[in-house]
Amino acid sequence: MLDKSYIGRNLGRITTEVERGRLRFFAKATGETNPVYTDEAAAKAAGYRSLPVPPSYFFCLQMIDDPDPTGWLTKLGVNLQHILHGEQSFEYLDMAFAGDSLIFESRVTDIYDKKGGALEFLVTESTCVNQLNKVVVKMKCTTVIRNPGAGKK
Amino acid sequence: MSNPQFNSVEVGTLLPSLVLPPLNRTVLALYAGASGDHVPLHIDIDFARKAGMPDVFGHGMLTVAWLSRVLTGWVSQQLIRKIDVRFIGITHLYNEVTCSGRVVEKLEQEGEHRVRVEIQACNQYGDKKVVGEALIALP
Repeated sequence: MLDKSYIGRNLGRITTEVERGRLRFFAKATGETNPVYTDEAAAKAAGYRSLPVPPSYFFCLQMIDDPDPTGWLTKLGVNLQHILHGEQSFEYLDMAFAGDSLIFESRVTDIYDKKGGALEFLVTESTCVNQLNKVVVKMKCTTVIRNPGAGKK
Repeated sequence: MSNPQFNSVEVGTLLPSLVLPPLNRTVLALYAGASGDHVPLHIDIDFARKAGMPDVFGHGMLTVAWLSRVLTGWVSQQLIRKIDVRFIGITHLYNEVTCSGRVVEKLEQEGEHRVRVEIQACNQYGDKKVVGEALIALP
C-alpha cells in the first residue's frame, strides 16, 4: 500500500520553455489540421502572439523537461507496469504560446484505495504560471495503481 | 475563425465530431516522443506483456488531445474554461476512435455566457474510452 504520509508532499517545480518545433511535433503526432497550431502567420492572424499551446499539451509540458518524470512514483514504490491514468482535469485561466517560459508546481493531494487495496488512487494537483507570474492553468491528475493479488481472499 | 453565438446554441447542439484512422504503432511512437510520456507500456511490447497486457496500447492523453481538437474545431481555444475527463477503457491498437461533443447545459457563470459540453471518445464498436465534459464561454 502507498504511504499516505505523502499526502501534501510537494513534488517540486519544473521550468520549461515552450518551443515552436515541439508544438509542431505535437500537432503532427495528434493529427492536428488547424493551421493556427502549426503556422505562425495563421496564429498571428487569429490574434495570438505565436503558436498556442493546445489544451492538453500542458500535461506534456510538465513531463517533457523533467529529467525523471516518473521518478517520484518509483520512489513511492509504484511499479510502472501497474499504472493507468484515471482522471485528468484542466482549468484554464489564460493561454500560453511558443516562446513563453512556464513554471509548474505540483503536490500530492490525496491517496486512497478501493476494492480492498486492489486499486490505489494517487491524486496530484499542479499549477502552471507564466513568465509574467500569471496563472495559466490548474491541473488535477488521478493515477490508478493496479495491485494484482491485493484484495483477494 | 467565427465562434458560435450563445443565442444560436441549444441544449442538444452537436459539435462536429472527429473520426480518427485506426490506431497504429507509428502514432504511439510519435505521441510518446512529442508528449514526453515515455512510459514503456505504450511503446514497448515486451514491457506491456510483462505487465500482463496483450500489446502496447494508446496513451489516455492522446485521446484527450483528439477530444481537444473537437473543442478547438468548434471554438477558439481562448474560450475553453475547463476540461475534465475520466479514462474508462483502454484504446487498443487498430481501434478507430470517434470523438464527439454535445451541449448539455447553457449557463451564466462568473459574468459569462457559458455552455457545458459533454465529450466522449468511442471506438468503432461503440465502447466508450474517455468521457468527460468541457466548459466553454460563448459570445
